[in-house]
This record gives sequence, structure tokens and C-alpha cells, in this order.
Amino acid sequence: MLAGHLLSMLIWLPIVGGFAVMALGTGRDTPAKWLSLLVASATLALSVPLYQDFRTGTAAMQFVERVAWIPSLNSQFYLGIDGISLPLILLTTFTTLLIVIAGWTNVAKRLGEYFAAFLILEGLMIGVFAALDGILFYVFWEAMLIPMFIIIGVWGGPRRVYATIKFFLYTFIGSVLLLIALIYMYLKSGSYDLGVFQRMPLSLTEQTFIFLAFFAAFAVKVPMWPVHTWLPDAHVEAPTGGSVVLAAIMLKMGGYGFLRLSLPIVPDASRELDWLMIALSLIAVVYIGFVALAQQDMKKLIAYSSIAHMGFVTLGSFIGYRILAHSGATAGIQMGLDGAMVQMISHGLVSGAMFLCVGVMYDRVHSREISAYGGVVNTMPIFASFMVLFSLANSGLPGTSGFVGEFLVILASFRANVWYAFLAGTTLVLGAAYTLWLVKRVIFGAVTNDKVAALEDLNGREFLVLGLLAAAVLLVGLWPAPLLEVMQASTRHLVQQLLATKIVP
Amino acid sequence: MSFSAANFNAGLAYARPEIFLGIAACAILLLDLLLTDAQRHWIGVLAVLSLLITALLAAGQPVSGRIIALGGMFELDRMAQVLKVVSLLIVALVFIYSTDYLRRRAILKGEYYVLGLFATLGILVLISAANLITVYLGLELMSLCLYAMVAFDRESGKAAESAIKFFVLGSMASGTLLYGMSILYGVTGSLQLSEIAAALHNGLAANVGILFGIAFIIVGVGFKFGAVPFHMWIPDVYEGSPTCVTLFIGSAPKIGAFALAMRLLPEGLGFSQPDWSQMLVVLAVLSLAIGNVVAIAQSNLKRMLAYSTISHVGFILLGILSGTAQGYQAAMFYTITYVIVATGSFGMILLLSRQGFEADMLTDFKGLNVRSPWFAGLMAIHMFSLTGLPPFVGFWAKLGVLQAVLSVNDTWLAVVAVLFSVVGAFFYLRVVKLMYFDEPTDVAVIGGSVLMRTMLSTNALVVFALGMVPSALLVLCQRALP
Repeated sequence: MLAGHLLSMLIWLPIVGGFAVMALGTGRDTPAKWLSLLVASATLALSVPLYQDFRTGTAAMQFVERVAWIPSLNSQFYLGIDGISLPLILLTTFTTLLIVIAGWTNVAKRLGEYFAAFLILEGLMIGVFAALDGILFYVFWEAMLIPMFIIIGVWGGPRRVYATIKFFLYTFIGSVLLLIALIYMYLKSGSYDLGVFQRMPLSLTEQTFIFLAFFAAFAVKVPMWPVHTWLPDAHVEAPTGGSVVLAAIMLKMGGYGFLRLSLPIVPDASRELDWLMIALSLIAVVYIGFVALAQQDMKKLIAYSSIAHMGFVTLGSFIGYRILAHSGATAGIQMGLDGAMVQMISHGLVSGAMFLCVGVMYDRVHSREISAYGGVVNTMPIFASFMVLFSLANSGLPGTSGFVGEFLVILASFRANVWYAFLAGTTLVLGAAYTLWLVKRVIFGAVTNDKVAALEDLNGREFLVLGLLAAAVLLVGLWPAPLLEVMQASTRHLVQQLLATKIVP
Repeated sequence: MSFSAANFNAGLAYARPEIFLGIAACAILLLDLLLTDAQRHWIGVLAVLSLLITALLAAGQPVSGRIIALGGMFELDRMAQVLKVVSLLIVALVFIYSTDYLRRRAILKGEYYVLGLFATLGILVLISAANLITVYLGLELMSLCLYAMVAFDRESGKAAESAIKFFVLGSMASGTLLYGMSILYGVTGSLQLSEIAAALHNGLAANVGILFGIAFIIVGVGFKFGAVPFHMWIPDVYEGSPTCVTLFIGSAPKIGAFALAMRLLPEGLGFSQPDWSQMLVVLAVLSLAIGNVVAIAQSNLKRMLAYSTISHVGFILLGILSGTAQGYQAAMFYTITYVIVATGSFGMILLLSRQGFEADMLTDFKGLNVRSPWFAGLMAIHMFSLTGLPPFVGFWAKLGVLQAVLSVNDTWLAVVAVLFSVVGAFFYLRVVKLMYFDEPTDVAVIGGSVLMRTMLSTNALVVFALGMVPSALLVLCQRALP
């Protein structure tokens, strides 16, 4: 019985747990903390059998649950996962537990509500990755905005209200167009089943409009240039945990949307408009890389670096059509998709870790300005080692997770056009430049001021969080095979889907 | 339709809820004379009880298909039954919320309840109207009571001003509607909605006179709904009235307006649907635009909710103008759920108000989460529902309307509607922002009787529950308008 409802338990356990934590009321921080830790650990524990019992080698949906929900709309509570959603769900449960541990002592007010918001958010995010019904997907997709809106608005920095409303409205405006596209396909097919959407024939004009509607929703979420401007604001103002969730998981939803909805549902329009996706991705990689170089605020710098890294995800997802056009062969298309997926997981780990590192320093110095630091290595040697490791991963050093995804995507780009690969390859220089320069200014050098001189190194809790992340980053970097194995059947299937035409002559 | 005494007596049975409510209202009016001020609160109890009994009577009526009774004046169908039960329950809820408020402001008078009961009777008559005369009768009974209710607090100059404005504009709208009706009568020779429909079916739909009549009728309907450009009264009346009256005006009369539109347009003038749809397109788009954009500039919560009403009316009109059964169902679902949410939101203002203090400014909600996390949460549910965010019921309402609009290939209307609801999201979010992100300036303990608190909580939880499982209400609306 338990095994049959694993996905709904993964969704509902944190949501119900979150409400339970909220029900404890304000001022009862200690029970709230422990209950949150319990719920987050239990959710992570529940996601382990998901991985163990997952059958690799098939692209079919697994752990499927299908219950009638709203018969009059022909919408179902329909869940299931494949190799594309599984790694993202694992990333979600892992990250949420880390956030709970990281927020243990350094949330100034309303601790219970803080944890409750993250737990509810976790359930909703898992819902997005597991939903196979269009309306269900949209419900999770939108409902997620509410806890994030509250998290940034309540626990954020000085300009939090501006940042959170900007975040909300940006994502909301993209999503409503997605809703219209979903309704349109429902009226045509009579079902909200995403599988039906993937199989239904659509003319090129219809596909183009649907593609653009999807694009509005997903490009804002990724975020792609030029609709990325909400992200630096949201990151700068969000509390550490909020930044981590935003960077590690929420951005992935855009990438996931492209893989789950855009490519299989409107393959012909994707083929027609791949120039747009590739152009915007390369702009994100190159231009945003330069923008990151100019930042004075650590969180802003990492935010821009996130945009640049997510450019690889969209590039890898859409490079396939160019490979086919250039070489006439389909080899390499899957490599691009695999690269995009690995990049998403890797970026989830690395950017989450980077934001946690900034959080560690911010908790002590209360500044995010790069100029407020210098010579941190002298007072926090252990922390400095972690920070350097994550920075190297962020700049794509071989042996870390950051390398695998970027390498696969650049290799795939080579098969399409040398210049794409060249432009994408600039990230190896730019990424190293802005990340290592950040490290040089913050970590190394002489101690610049009294505050840095008074810094204390990591406590056990912080060490645990960063240590787990470091282990994950190295694991994916040195031995990506298990991850690739999980996803490959699904990406192979996706290659077939994106190459098929849905235009009925 | 032959008119015989036997038929008439049989027909009376169908109007049992209306008859009971009429008698109860008169009895309460008389009883009010005999009570001392200390006993006055019994009026409220009796009013709520009679509403609940009426609701039971209405719910208990066996309805199959469309029953025309009382010499063709009265119509009972599933839509009428559902709308009546919902209106009665909503008014009962409104009375529960108001009692506390009236007592704390020392304006607890029998008139409020008696006028409210008669207005409800008007709404019931309107819902069951099968003849232009009955339509007008119900409409005027409702409107006249509302005019008086706005002014019932004699000490308030602002309320008196609102009442006059409401009365003058409302009378003009009623006159226009009447004029449209008379044109219809002139062209078709009948006041009976079914006969008007038949006349249109037999070739009169192309008559220019009908088109004129429709134009006037749309003005009347637009006014009662508060659709742009006939919305001028809404913000002033909402702001100027005592909040318990605003609550009343913002709730059940919207159902009345929906019934008015449904009886006149699809039922009576269904064959001219392309004509009135085009007129409604203008009204709907303008309402969405003006309602959502102007609401941003408001600092008074009652006024903001007034503009928000206007924007939601735009959505309801979108459902009606699609001209399909699916569209009517969506509009009905939208109306019912909107009324539930609006009642809850105004109820929150009543809860925070107290002796000598009206919590009708947006800033009065500052830091509500610190003062009471529970009620802040409830208000947030209402605001997110008005925004149209899942998992709250407002999302399903919008989804239904969008489906209806897209199914008749008016994609641009759907895009306009969603883009303006993004604009609308801003001012609902601002309320959430004030409650959660700001520190409280007002630290008074939140009052309200246990009953009121319980009902307010139930109200918001219903919004939440309907958002999680909207099926039952969706099916109810589907069966009401097959």
C-alpha cells in the first residue's frame, strides 16, 4: 500500500508537516525545529526507495498514481516519474533537508513559520516534477509562488517587498499564458493528460503559439535573458534558505518545463524556433558572464552566474535540431540533453552551496559586499577550503559536477557548429574569471578589517551541511555514471519525441 | 398558458420559499415594534432562522426540467434552485457578520434585517422570473431595499450622500431597463420571456427594434452588475455605506444580477446572442481594464474591493458572452464562488472594526499576522483566491471562464483577461504584504463573537476546500444549466 502511493506521500508529507509546524504557533521554536527536521528527514528517507526501486532502461512513467480528481474537467490526480524527474525530486528532498539544518539558529524571527514555508514549498515542488496532468502541473506550479512570496517578503533584506512582488508578477505573467496553452490543448484533445498532449497532432501555427506560451512561462523561470532581471533582485533580498531553493530547484523548473512540455508537445515549433533558444542561451552564457564579472555584491554575482549556467541547460536542450541540420545524423542530440540534465543537478548543488557559503559569512559579518571581506582564509581555513571547492566546481573544474554538464553540452554544440561551441566555451574563461576573482578578493589576501579578523570558523552544523554538499559535488563529478544511467532511457526517448513531427499533412 | 384557480393554487406550492420569506419579513417588521433595545438582537436571530428555513424549503423542492407556474410569471428550474439556496445562505452569513458590527457601533436596528430580508425576497423573485414584469418587480424590490439600507445609519452624512447617488443612478438604470423591455414588448407583443424567445426564433431576431431593446437592456444589466462604463456608483456606494451594508450589497445582489442577465439574455433573447455578445465584449474588456488598473491606486480597502468587484464582473460577463452552456455554467460558478470570497473579505473588515473605529483602510491590515496569524491566514486565502491562484477556488472559476472563452475561439479575450488578472494580482498581493511583511501599528485585541469568528473561519476554509475539490460545485452548476 505504501509503495503504491510513494509519490503522493512525498508530496503530502512535507505539506501536512509544514502545516503542523505552523500550528505549533509562534514562540515555540525548539519543537518547531525538531519537527521540521523530522519531516524533512522523513521526506528524504521516502525518496530513497524511489531511487532504489526505479527501473532504469525504460522511459515509461513509473510509480504511477491515477485517481479521478475533477471529472467534469477530465482532470486527474495523475502522478508518475521518469529519468528526467527522478534526479530533480531527489535534489529537492536533499536540498530542503540542508535548508532546515542550515536555518537552525540563524533565523531571527518566526522560525516555525520559516521552516513551515520551506516544507510546504518542498511538497509543491515535488508535485511539479511528478505531475502528469496539465491542470495538476499548473496547480503545483502556481501554488509554489505563495510560500516563496512569503519567504522573500518576510525574512528578506531591506528591499524585500520590491523584490518579492517583482518575482511574483514576473513568474505569474508567464504562467497565465501557459494556462491558456494548456486549456487550448484540452479543448482540442478532451483531456489534460500530458501524455495525450505529447501524442496529439498540432499544426505548425498552433505549435508556434503554444511554444511561445510555454516559452513565456519557462523562460522567466529559468531565467533566460532578457527576462532574467527578477532573479538578481530576488536572490539579493531573499534569506539564505530562499536563495538556495530559488537557485537549486526553482530555476530547474524552467528547464524541466522545456524538457517535459515544450520539446515533446511542440517538436516542430521547437525545430522552427530553436535559433531563438540557442541565441538567448548563448547571450546568457557570454553577456551575463561579463555582467557577473562586474558585480560588487556576492549574492548578485552568484545570481548572474546562475543565469549563465542555466544558459547551458537551454542550449543543451535545443541544440539537437542544429546537430541534425548540420551533420544529418542524430548522434549527439542525446548528449546535449544529458548535459542539460547533469548541468541542472550540478548547478542545483553548486549554486545552493555557494549561497550557503555566502550565508555563512553573512551571518557573521552582516554584509554581502565583496569589499567588506578579504583574507577570510586566515580566520576560517575550513570554510575557505569548502568555498574554494565550490568555486572551482562553479567554474567547471574537471572532477567536480560542474565540469560534466558543461563538457557534454559543449561537445554536443561542436557537432552543430564550431562557433556555438566556441561561444559556449567562453564560460570556461568567464566562469573561472568571475568565480576565482570573487574567491581571490574574499578568501585570500591579508585580513582587511576587524570584522574579518574576528571571524570564527564553521561550527559542526555548518560543516555538516557544506560537507554533504561537497560530497555530492565530487560524487557527481567523479562518478556521474549512476546519474546518467537513471536518466538515459528517458533522454533517449525524448530524442525520438523531439525528432518526430506532429504536423498531420 | 391558461389561467385557472386550480393551476394557480398548484403554482403557489412552487413559490413556497418566497411566500414564507415574505411572511417572515413582515412578522419580523411587526415584532421589531414590540421589542426593547435590549431585546433587539433577537431580530437578527429570527432573521437568520427564517433565511435558513427558507433555504431548506428551497432546497427541498423537487425540481425537474423547467416548471412555469403562476400564470407564466414564475419559473422554477435547477439554476433557480441553486441560486436561491446560495443567496439565502450567503445572506444568513452576512447577517451573522453584521450583528456583531451593528451592536459594537450601537446602530443595531431592526430595519437593517427587515430591509435585508425584503431585498433577499426581491432576489428570489428575480431568480425565478419568467416574465418581464416579474423581472422588474424582483429587481425593484431588491434595489429599493438596497437604497434604503445604504442610508439606514442616519447619523452618517457620507452614507446619505452614497444613498442619494445610488438611488438616482439606480433609478435611471431601472428606467433604461424598463424602456428596453417596453421596446421588446412593442416588437414581440409579449412580456413572457418564452414567448419573446419564440418570436425571435420566428424571424424577429433581425428586427432593428430588438437590437435597440437589447442595447437598453444591456445598460440596465450592466448597471446592476456594476460593469464599466456603468460602474460609477460602485466605488462610492461601497465606500460610503456602513461596512455591513457594503457586505450585503457586495454579496447576494450579485447573484441577483447574474440571474437577471441569465433570464433576459440567454433565455429571452438567446437568438440574438451574437448581438448582445458583442456589446458584452466591450463591457467585459473595459471592466477588466478599469477594475484592475484603478484598484491599484486605492488606499481604502472597501474602495479597492469595489474596483476588484468590477474586474470580477468582467470575468462573469466573459462567461455569459461566450453563449454556450459551458460558458453559462462557468459564469454561474464564478458568481457563486466570487460571492463567497467577497463575503469573507468584507467580513474580515467587520471583524477588525470596533467601536468608533472602521478598519476600512488598507493600512489597518498592517501586521495582522503578528496580531492574529489565524485571521491573517484566512484573509490571505481570500486574497489569493481573488487573484486566481491555485489551490483556491478563484482559480477554478477563472479556469472555467477561460475554457468557455477559448472554446468559442475568442483567444484574444482570454489573453486580455489573464493579463489584466496579473495586473490585479498586484493589489491583492499588497494586502498580503501589509499583513505579513509589515509591523502592526494597531495593537487592539481582535474582537468578534465566537459565532462570527467560527463562521469567518468556515467561510475561508470553504474557499480553500472548494479549491482542493471543486468537483461538487462544478457538477452542481453543470446540472443547473445543461
